[in-house]
Amino acid sequence: MIRFEQVSKRYPDGQEALRQLSFHIDAGEMLFLTGHSGAGKSTLLRLIALLERCSSGQVQVDGRNLAKVRREEIPEHRRKLGIIFQDHRLLPDRSVFDNVALPLLVAGCRSEETAKRVRAALDQVGLLHKEKSMPLSLSGGEQQRVGIARAVVARPALLLADEPTGNLDPELSNEIMDLFLRFNQVGVTVLIASHDVAIIRRMGKRVLVLDQGELTHDLAPGWSND
Amino acid sequence: MTRAGLRQHLDTASDSLRRLARQPLASLMTLAVIAITLALPAGLHLVLASANQLSHHWAGSGSLSTFLRAEVRPAEAEQLRAKLQGQEAIEQVELLSQEQALSEFSLYSGFDEALGLLEENPLPMVLLVRPRADLAQPDGMAQLLGQLRQEPLIEHVVVDLEWVKRLAAITETARRALLLLSLLLGLTVLLVIGNTIRLEIRTRQDEIIVVKLVGGSDAFVRRPFIYTGFWYGLFGGLGAWLLVVFAGALLQGPITELARLYQSDYQLGLLNLSSLGLLLLLGPLLGVLGAWSASGRHLRALEPE
Ligand SMILES: Nc1ncnc2c1ncn2[C@@H]1O[C@H](COP(=O)(O)OP(=O)(O)O)[C@@H](O)[C@H]1O
Ligand SMILES: [Mg+2]
Repeated sequence: MIRFEQVSKRYPDGQEALRQLSFHIDAGEMLFLTGHSGAGKSTLLRLIALLERCSSGQVQVDGRNLAKVRREEIPEHRRKLGIIFQDHRLLPDRSVFDNVALPLLVAGCRSEETAKRVRAALDQVGLLHKEKSMPLSLSGGEQQRVGIARAVVARPALLLADEPTGNLDPELSNEIMDLFLRFNQVGVTVLIASHDVAIIRRMGKRVLVLDQGELTHDLAPGWSND
Repeated sequence: MTRAGLRQHLDTASDSLRRLARQPLASLMTLAVIAITLALPAGLHLVLASANQLSHHWAGSGSLSTFLRAEVRPAEAEQLRAKLQGQEAIEQVELLSQEQALSEFSLYSGFDEALGLLEENPLPMVLLVRPRADLAQPDGMAQLLGQLRQEPLIEHVVVDLEWVKRLAAITETARRALLLLSLLLGLTVLLVIGNTIRLEIRTRQDEIIVVKLVGGSDAFVRRPFIYTGFWYGLFGGLGAWLLVVFAGALLQGPITELARLYQSDYQLGLLNLSSLGLLLLLGPLLGVLGAWSASGRHLRALEPE
């Protein structure tokens, strides 16, 4: 599903965010990406979503070398993934329903089909009754669940989450993780950047550890039982 | 286009309209600028068209006086009159007998006493030739003049061709100046709309970035702004039309009076439906163009982080 080969990323200001990264993620895997703040977790996710391009090496998603994706093909590439941010990135002047519908809207989906899928996604995150609410009237955990509904509404094969539980208390964080687990169980590949060690330990999934932009550990599932 | 696509366009168009209505003051000010900018050339065009029409009328009212040779007999003169009357370029020909010519001359010259002293009528017969109004341009006049001068029975033709030429030159100058002005003002509308769109993009940049994040194409992101430009242009054009109609109503009185003084039945044609159509076509066209170029430049720079 995702393959990194000797990938480095240097930002224009000279900051070397990733160094010679190589790893491989199979379709249907669920794994965590961890490391201290500034280790390069967000940068790695941004390369996959083509929010940045790598400076050297090769990133492959679904067998396609991302260096070959032209600028005007980027939207199509992003429609194949769902992205979840720590700060949700919801549109404050649109209802929960309209926020979740956005990926379908940009894909030109018919409105009956859109309504059906939006309600299904909201139902999966337990927010069907909030479809008419405005995002700012929701709690932080609810906003994050709206963000997740938006990420999965177009049924992408790959979910990227950048610190999805960063602002949430442990109980809400666990709920969010259970959601990811459920999507993973129906075949979605899930990659979560997080520095929440407790959660990562509890989930017991594969973990990639970054340190100063270098991949220092690649822990196989079940590592925490040892 | 698919039905879903069409539906999406309609949604985007109405959403853009709603956004304009949500900030009525700012929108109205922009619309006023566009309306005034479009009204200027439209109004001037109207005035110029009117002046043109008046000048045609005046040029047409200046008939040519052709003095026949002294030896021409009344029957021959009448024959020539009938022949000229049949020509396409000529509206009307009037034959003045020697006596009529004399009485007209004495009436306008004030020489009637001196003329009374003469034993014989010194004036020849005269044909007053009135060209068709639409041929009363310098070229048409010169051609007609040349033709009349070739007539063997005609001694002499008097026409104030210089005046007609001068009038045409003035009209042509005004026409070109108006064209130039229209281009400049059209450019102004483009810039005003472009700037408005630029500000709109800036206030909506968070939204634009999110839309790009979830895979919105450049065309999709651009569309609402193109519609915003369209609405500005459409309502600006409509506003311009209303302004010109209003100004026309204010000028109608004095112009009717002017026309009466020149014994013309001329009326200031209010901008009619075809000019409304033109403004409603040109306005949105400029709006879409302005929005297109501005959004192209400013949206490209907005990439999600
Ligand atoms: N847009 C950017 N421009 C320059 N440097 C950046 C940019 N984004 C991140 N960095 C730098 O790259 C390094 C990795 O950042 P990031 O990927 O955000 O780490 P993490 O998400 O693990 O905290 C940091 O040193 C950060 O300062
Ligand atoms: Mg980060």
